[in-house]
Amino acid sequence: MNDSHDRMYKEHIMELYKSPANYGELENPTHKHTETNSSCGDEITMHFIVKNGKIFDVKFSGSGCVMSIVSSSLLTDKIKGMKIEDAKKLTKDDVLKLLKINVNPARLKCVTVPLYAIKNSLK
Amino acid sequence: MDFNNETAKKLKADFPIFSNHKDLVYLDNGATTQKPRQVIEKIKEFYENYNANASRGVYSISEKATEQYAKARETIANFINADSDEIILTKNTTDSLNSLAYAIDSIIPKGKDEIVLTEMEHHSNLIPWQQLAKRKSEIFTFPGGKRKNMKLKFIKIKSDFTLDIEDAKEKITSKTAIVSLTHVSNALGTINPIKEIIILAKEKNALSVIDATQSVPHMTVNVKDLGCDFLVFSGHKMLGPTGIGILYGKKGLLENLSPFDFGGGMIKSVSLDSAEWAEIPEKFEAGTVNIADAVALAEAIRYLEKIGMKNIEHWEKELMKYSLEKLRKLDYVEIYNPGLEKTSGILSFNIKGVHPHDAASMFDEYGIAIRAGHHCCMPLMKKLGISGTIRASFYLYNTFEDVDKLVEAIKKIKEKFK
Repeated sequence: MNDSHDRMYKEHIMELYKSPANYGELENPTHKHTETNSSCGDEITMHFIVKNGKIFDVKFSGSGCVMSIVSSSLLTDKIKGMKIEDAKKLTKDDVLKLLKINVNPARLKCVTVPLYAIKNSLK
Repeated sequence: MDFNNETAKKLKADFPIFSNHKDLVYLDNGATTQKPRQVIEKIKEFYENYNANASRGVYSISEKATEQYAKARETIANFINADSDEIILTKNTTDSLNSLAYAIDSIIPKGKDEIVLTEMEHHSNLIPWQQLAKRKSEIFTFPGGKRKNMKLKFIKIKSDFTLDIEDAKEKITSKTAIVSLTHVSNALGTINPIKEIIILAKEKNALSVIDATQSVPHMTVNVKDLGCDFLVFSGHKMLGPTGIGILYGKKGLLENLSPFDFGGGMIKSVSLDSAEWAEIPEKFEAGTVNIADAVALAEAIRYLEKIGMKNIEHWEKELMKYSLEKLRKLDYVEIYNPGLEKTSGILSFNIKGVHPHDAASMFDEYGIAIRAGHHCCMPLMKKLGISGTIRASFYLYNTFEDVDKLVEAIKKIKEKFK
């Protein structure tokens, strides 16, 4: 039982979980969508302000596990300033690259909740 | 046999998985149990020595396969004090319940249209009945037909995680066709007073169905003493292989129950446009049966009987007592359990401020196999106002050291979230 054995819950992940970026809501969002994971009750809402086809601002709200909150934080940081069309093309592998950890197969659903919240907001 | 921590430790040697994973703390026995060498060897023995189709050939290895399959059925029957022909072998509990819900229409007493379940049922004892109710309403709504819905009713659970018997008395009425409930809750550990509820069902001439998935592996279950009409359980949760389950039914009822699977082996005679069914239990076992797993399950039962169900029940109580004492000392642990008197070896809890799925992944990183989530009881979780729980479920090979490692891990996880 050694902390160095931690595969998913590494220092950088826990730090981000405790103070995630872009957590909150936006007034008068141009795009908004709530994605839920019925198997664990996670619920992530993405709020967007899109101007001229670009993501001017984005925030996320809701509740979830470490994996979904950290993914939300990293993804919102990544897509700020991006063209909508580019943000829509993001994949699960992009999220995993941002996380820099090996996510167990059973937890992949958790990291894709914010991804689908983004995709479904920008539809 | 005086069963204590040393006994449990020694038993681990019978289970190859623990020599292949030296540090494994396995606390997910409610999901499936590990298999002793004896059971694994039995499967090998069958395939290497008398693999043949049962009830088909007249050659000697086929006769041996047939005989072993029949003997396995007998062993299973004796284990729950049933007769051999009252035991139908299925895939698992889910299969047993689906098959029963599909065919039960043939024996529902006339004029009855309500199904009584409880709020703590596993989805496998809920959805098949929801579907039956739907089918029934469709049957009765053909054009010009009389509209008649089969109705589902749910016995409430109280804040102490036990069933509300007063509510059961109100909900089981002369309209009740079926009462189906779990003996032991897979999510809470609660042992339900099923004998009392079976009596309530009998008084109203309703059929009683017991989901014994979480009880038969852990305590003595006697169908004659209980007096239930049907009882179901799975082999893989009692040291047996996956793919074998049991549907017990009272002889008189099984004789009248329509078959739910059709094909070879379940008939007496067949013509081009009709067929006559075989006697019970063959009437319900169409196609080539699962001989190897039946034989291996019988071996698992012999293993359990050798240790003694009383000893197993006693040991799990000891483990629960030890765990409850330790966990209650941690004020950040929320426990969902009815207390030592009314619980089986299942312990559901949450670490405040930690999502159950995060907790389970972190337990895994500490070598502890434990379940997190809704445990196939979404309506129950909704009622409790939570998204899920962490569930430790014990069996005969678990030790005090396993519990210590669990408690240690809980403390570490809480620390990480501070």
